[in-house]
Amino acid sequence: MKKLGLLIIILMLSATAWGYFKAKPNTAIEKLTLTGSSTVAPLAAEIAKRFESLYPNVRVDVQTGGSSRGINDTRSGLANIGMASRALKKNESELFSYTIALDGISIIIHQANPVISLDKQQIIDIYTGKIVNWQDVGGNDAPITVVNKAAGRSTLELFLHYFGLKNTQVKPHVVIGDNQQGIKTVSGNPNAIGYVSVGSAEYEATHNVPIKLLPLEGITASVENVRQRNFPLSRPLNLITREAATGIAKTFIEFARSTQVNDLIEAQYFVPVEN
Amino acid sequence: MTLLRHNILSLSKTDQQLSLLLRLCALISALLVALILGFLLSESLPILQRVSILNFMNDPSWHPVQGLYNITPMLSATLLSTLGALLLATPLGIASALFSRYYAPPLLAAWYRRLIELLAGIPSVVYGLWGLTTLAPLVAQIHPPGVSLLTAILVLALMILPTVALTVDAALLAVPAAYHSSAAALGLSRWATIRSVIIPAAHSGIRSGIMLAAGRAIGETMAVLMVAGNVVQHPHSLFDSVRTLTANIALEMSYAMGDHRVALFVSGLALMLMILLLVSMSELFKRKEVYV
Repeated sequence: MKKLGLLIIILMLSATAWGYFKAKPNTAIEKLTLTGSSTVAPLAAEIAKRFESLYPNVRVDVQTGGSSRGINDTRSGLANIGMASRALKKNESELFSYTIALDGISIIIHQANPVISLDKQQIIDIYTGKIVNWQDVGGNDAPITVVNKAAGRSTLELFLHYFGLKNTQVKPHVVIGDNQQGIKTVSGNPNAIGYVSVGSAEYEATHNVPIKLLPLEGITASVENVRQRNFPLSRPLNLITREAATGIAKTFIEFARSTQVNDLIEAQYFVPVEN
Repeated sequence: MTLLRHNILSLSKTDQQLSLLLRLCALISALLVALILGFLLSESLPILQRVSILNFMNDPSWHPVQGLYNITPMLSATLLSTLGALLLATPLGIASALFSRYYAPPLLAAWYRRLIELLAGIPSVVYGLWGLTTLAPLVAQIHPPGVSLLTAILVLALMILPTVALTVDAALLAVPAAYHSSAAALGLSRWATIRSVIIPAAHSGIRSGIMLAAGRAIGETMAVLMVAGNVVQHPHSLFDSVRTLTANIALEMSYAMGDHRVALFVSGLALMLMILLLVSMSELFKRKEVYV
């Protein structure tokens, strides 16, 4: 009985070993390292997964650490490709950037709210608690419910950056996690104001969810305007390289910018660069 | 067979092996708890070495990205929402169990129990979604913003009600039939039997049911995340938006880096310590078993 057990174990081990050596390809495995923005990373990881299935000899390693780390690692050569959720600054102009998607944020209110637009200062005053009633901005006599995002979310960062606010200044009544929760909160409260990704807001608004996307600086919040780069509250999601991309890095960047990954981009509520 | 053994009090060989195995299993379970605690401690340590533990209590607010780490508002929110839910669910749960065990006609009782079991099986996220889309707008009509401590308490109470009802029901069932017949022989009324015989006899089962429910309420994440509003503040009224420790971790973990991430582990550690405190307190206040 014991011998039989031993035999089975030996057989299994050798089968595993055989399978391992057989599976090992003849060509060397190429490795591609991406580091940077935590906004781009989930999207890059999805794209990488699909890329690996098309190119089995490539391993793509995606690490987060913020846009600045992406830039630094690309400069120092630690990463083949950096990820940044902003355009390159002037002192970074020696790098090459490739936009793979655009991210836009829309201010949303309930459909029943008579307010049709708010200017930048009004939104700042609402979010810092200086305006607490819709009456002061041309709406009904009702207290405003301010919906803010949880710390660490890229939407929050972009929102704060655009309005020049610090998170400590914001006086929220509700804090939410993802876009869906924001849309549910606003659609369930006629006096709420919030902000979510343009992609998800536009989708829900056209599917009978009672929310309204407010224009910003006179420009309608829509996926089309984000794509045309007209919408002010938006930013590019970039892949960064030290030199003009070559070899497998070039193939990856081209793949990430192609229409083959549009569904992945839209699943993360970003806007593909081209259709 | 037994008579042939020299000493019936010593364990047989099979029993010894089984006892060894069981001891091993018990050790592993105990070790797991210790490991979780150790892991939380080791993950929180980097920040506790740089930032004093007092910062987690005295900082002006919770803005981990800006280096402000006050977690006490979340401790109070967790405690208050759990307490509120228990206050609502315990009497209702006990009443529901008493009704189905002693007052309902048998056919109704069977269906009623099935209904409660169904209620216990509903995933928490469904309760959360219902709370967010139905209950929160109703509460908002009384006092905005709708998502609040009160909404969280109501949803939590609804969630733990079946837990209380089912465990109390099981505890009542475990009361020996002799107690019932003795009480009947003494000519006690139904309510007198329940009050002075059944409930004292089932006391420890009822208590553990409440503890189980408290544990579920403290640990509940998704439903609370959706209905509590998640603003980090000490609530001044039932209509204030609050954030519990669990919701804090779920909200911020996926996007947290560096010190922010470590600070979230500290809130996990706080949650763990709170549960430990709760369990040991309930052990402390444990009444001696009542044998009627």
